[in-house]
Amino acid sequence: MSAVIDHHHADHGHGPAKGLMRWVLTTNHKDIGSMYLWFSFAMFLLGGSMAMIIRAELFQPGLQLVQPEFFNQMTTSHGLIMVFGAVMPAFVGLANWMIPLMIGAPDMALPRMNNFSFWLLPAAFGLLISTLFMEGGGPNFGWTFYAPLSTTYAPPSVTFFIFAIHLAGISSIMGAINIIATILNLRAPGMTLMKMPLFVWTWLITAFLLIAVMPVLAGAVTMMLMDIHFGTSFFNAAGGGDPVMFQHIFWFFGHPEVYIMILPAFGTVSMIIPAFARKPLFGYTSMVYATGAIAFLSFAVWAHHMFTVGIPLTGELFFMYATMLIAVPTGVKVFNWVSTMFRGSLTFEAPMLFSVAFVILFTIGGFSGLMLAMAPADFQYHDTYFVVAHFHYVLVPGAIFGIFASAYYWLPKWTGHMYDEVLAKTHFWMSFIGMNLAFFPMHFVGLAGMPRRIPDYNMMFANFNMVSSIGAFMFGATQLLFLYIVIKCIRGGPKAAAKPWEGAEGLEWTVPSPAPYHTFTTPPEVK
Amino acid sequence: MASHDTSHETYYVPPQSKWPIVGSIGLLVTVFGAGTMMNNMSADSDSSIGYWILLAGILIIAYMMFGWFSNVVNESRQGLYSAQMDRSFRMGMGWFIFSEVMFFSAFFGALFYVRMLAGPWLAGEGHKGESGLLWPEFQFVWPLLQNPDPAVYPGPTETISPWQLPLINTVILITSSITVTFAHHALRAAKRTALTLWLLLTVILAAVFLTLQIMEYMHAYNDLGLTLDSGIYGATFFMLTGFHGFHVAMGTLILTIILLRVMKGHFTPDNHFGFEAAAWYWHFVDVVWVGLFIFVYVL
Ligand code: HEM
Ligand SMILES: [Cu+2]
Repeated sequence: MSAVIDHHHADHGHGPAKGLMRWVLTTNHKDIGSMYLWFSFAMFLLGGSMAMIIRAELFQPGLQLVQPEFFNQMTTSHGLIMVFGAVMPAFVGLANWMIPLMIGAPDMALPRMNNFSFWLLPAAFGLLISTLFMEGGGPNFGWTFYAPLSTTYAPPSVTFFIFAIHLAGISSIMGAINIIATILNLRAPGMTLMKMPLFVWTWLITAFLLIAVMPVLAGAVTMMLMDIHFGTSFFNAAGGGDPVMFQHIFWFFGHPEVYIMILPAFGTVSMIIPAFARKPLFGYTSMVYATGAIAFLSFAVWAHHMFTVGIPLTGELFFMYATMLIAVPTGVKVFNWVSTMFRGSLTFEAPMLFSVAFVILFTIGGFSGLMLAMAPADFQYHDTYFVVAHFHYVLVPGAIFGIFASAYYWLPKWTGHMYDEVLAKTHFWMSFIGMNLAFFPMHFVGLAGMPRRIPDYNMMFANFNMVSSIGAFMFGATQLLFLYIVIKCIRGGPKAAAKPWEGAEGLEWTVPSPAPYHTFTTPPEVK
Repeated sequence: MASHDTSHETYYVPPQSKWPIVGSIGLLVTVFGAGTMMNNMSADSDSSIGYWILLAGILIIAYMMFGWFSNVVNESRQGLYSAQMDRSFRMGMGWFIFSEVMFFSAFFGALFYVRMLAGPWLAGEGHKGESGLLWPEFQFVWPLLQNPDPAVYPGPTETISPWQLPLINTVILITSSITVTFAHHALRAAKRTALTLWLLLTVILAAVFLTLQIMEYMHAYNDLGLTLDSGIYGATFFMLTGFHGFHVAMGTLILTIILLRVMKGHFTPDNHFGFEAAAWYWHFVDVVWVGLFIFVYVL
């Protein structure tokens, strides 16, 4: 792939403005991408501190540190902050930085709206976090906010929680619209759809999912708001409504949402593995179709979260088989990643370490998902730590490792410096060991029946929980090392070449490192 | 500042702008005010602070909208936008409308779920008929006049007949979709007077629709006992028609602004995306109404 780059255009015009206002008023995709990434990292640390509180309480059986009411607020806020504040914004940040560079576009399609999407996030999360300090406490009904816990029995702060979700949703929808318009409209000449890097493809599909399901979530919280303040009875059977209906609507959003959090990671890993295997990706086309198939199926599996609440037998069967069907395209992907590595000249720099761990550990999460997908078995597993183990295996070494892999892969492009490889490998191994220690034992206590979202537990779960907590503290502490590595890399380090990775491909490596403030003001020609 | 080299066609990347941050502060203030207002209302407090915060938020948003759209209009009239830029706007508007469709789907989904599944179960029929044990006398019919627990949720005495105001409103909205299309044809044929008149007619029809809708609501509240808290029929009825009405109100505002711009001489036969976006939006509220008319009023 060769490209003509225009350096002269890059630095005529306007460079970055000075001072704080550069960030507040910017329309530049790189500035906005950086803000998204920093915001996401701040939320990751905040949500992480909450996880530390949870694990500290669960270190031993009995109640030691916090009151059950506060424990509930911690599990709720941890989930909400990690999903909407850490994982999603991180991927939008990566999209902002990298999609224009990957497709040879001068910026995002709608740059001002791009900044609007970002600045809604501090508003949304400021509001969400403020609920913790309100009278009656913050949201305490779990990140899934099932009615009537979140309506009839909720603290008054739920009103502000609802509006925080609205703001975050508006931000996501605008972000997704921007990404779709950029990908469909701003590709350089010659960059046909089937030449797009996989991160671009997976984001195109993710953006579609976002636009399709975030409004449904908005609808769900709006109905809650009406039930709480305006006397409607959507989720109250006394007026002819149905609390189970809340779960249907929530999971119609919720299941595609989990793919929203993983598809972009599929994309980056599909670019990083070929780079360090020094081989083209095995089965590019099948990757694209598998992503499409996963997204399509993700609309028809939501009730696998509701096997125990009472749905008709036909429903149980349909959702069971539909869920298992998703394992097929997912399997295609895993097969392709492994085949890409097969007989490649592998090297294991930090991005590759995180990617390989991704493939192995995400697959474990996929398998536990398959176990949960069997309706009769789920009657036993549901609402136990087994579910917690499952989704942490898909989200931590899945989504989060995908983000770390991408961060290390593109840090040289962003900062112009190489990060410290020894420290980065330490970060990887500590994270890897920490998260396995934290989450693997959860499978066992879950199968033995330990319920989730409870601050106390039976003595027989004590040992495994102590191991989990130690692993969690290790994982948590290690993330401060990541912060240090990033700051160190921004401040200095060996100069990075335009293409620091020998096997890397793509337009982003044709511009200098660090990438100039404006790139591709005239589109490159892609052959 | 934004003077890019114009020797070749470049994509217009706007300079720094204050509107996004103003908008996000505006939205935050608005929702904070709305939340405070609602919490006070439900706690039976007579503090009015929420209303004032809400008002402040709405004013900030109005300021942002006005400033932001003025920027866009000016840039467009200065010819800074290319055909490619135009496509971005079209895609943006198209996907925005799709997101609105999905928003309404949530409420339509709730309606269908209650009517087809949850309601019959609650009356003891079908697969999950054991819910019928909760209120053994409960009978499920639609429209639902007798709720499972009438002491908590007294049902409406009657519902609105589709063949009076709603039918008239259907005719009005469909006509307005046609008139806005005529206006578009007039614009493309550079017939300014016809354009203005057709557009004016559209705005008038929209206003009539809204007035009739308000009359219908008053009738429902005052005479029929059909209210938000009259059980699931009232809840779905007001949620669907209410959000639709809100969208019609927004659409009317947008069309009015477009009308004012037309009268100021904006838009040319081949460059008028602002007009088209408004028309798309208008067709969208029209289609939603047809769905409402069928599923909320008639069936
Ligand atoms: C092979 C693919 C997968 C299958 C078959 C699967 C299946 C399931 C099932 C059946 C449940 C419900 C368990 C219960 O509550 O009893 C579940 C829960 C969950 N899954 Fe998966 N899953 C898969 C992949 C993923 C991925 C990729 C993610 C996210 C990146 C994910 C995130 C979650 C989350 C967050 C929950 C728990 C939600 C909650 O109740 O709080 N899953 N999964
Ligand atoms: Cu799911």
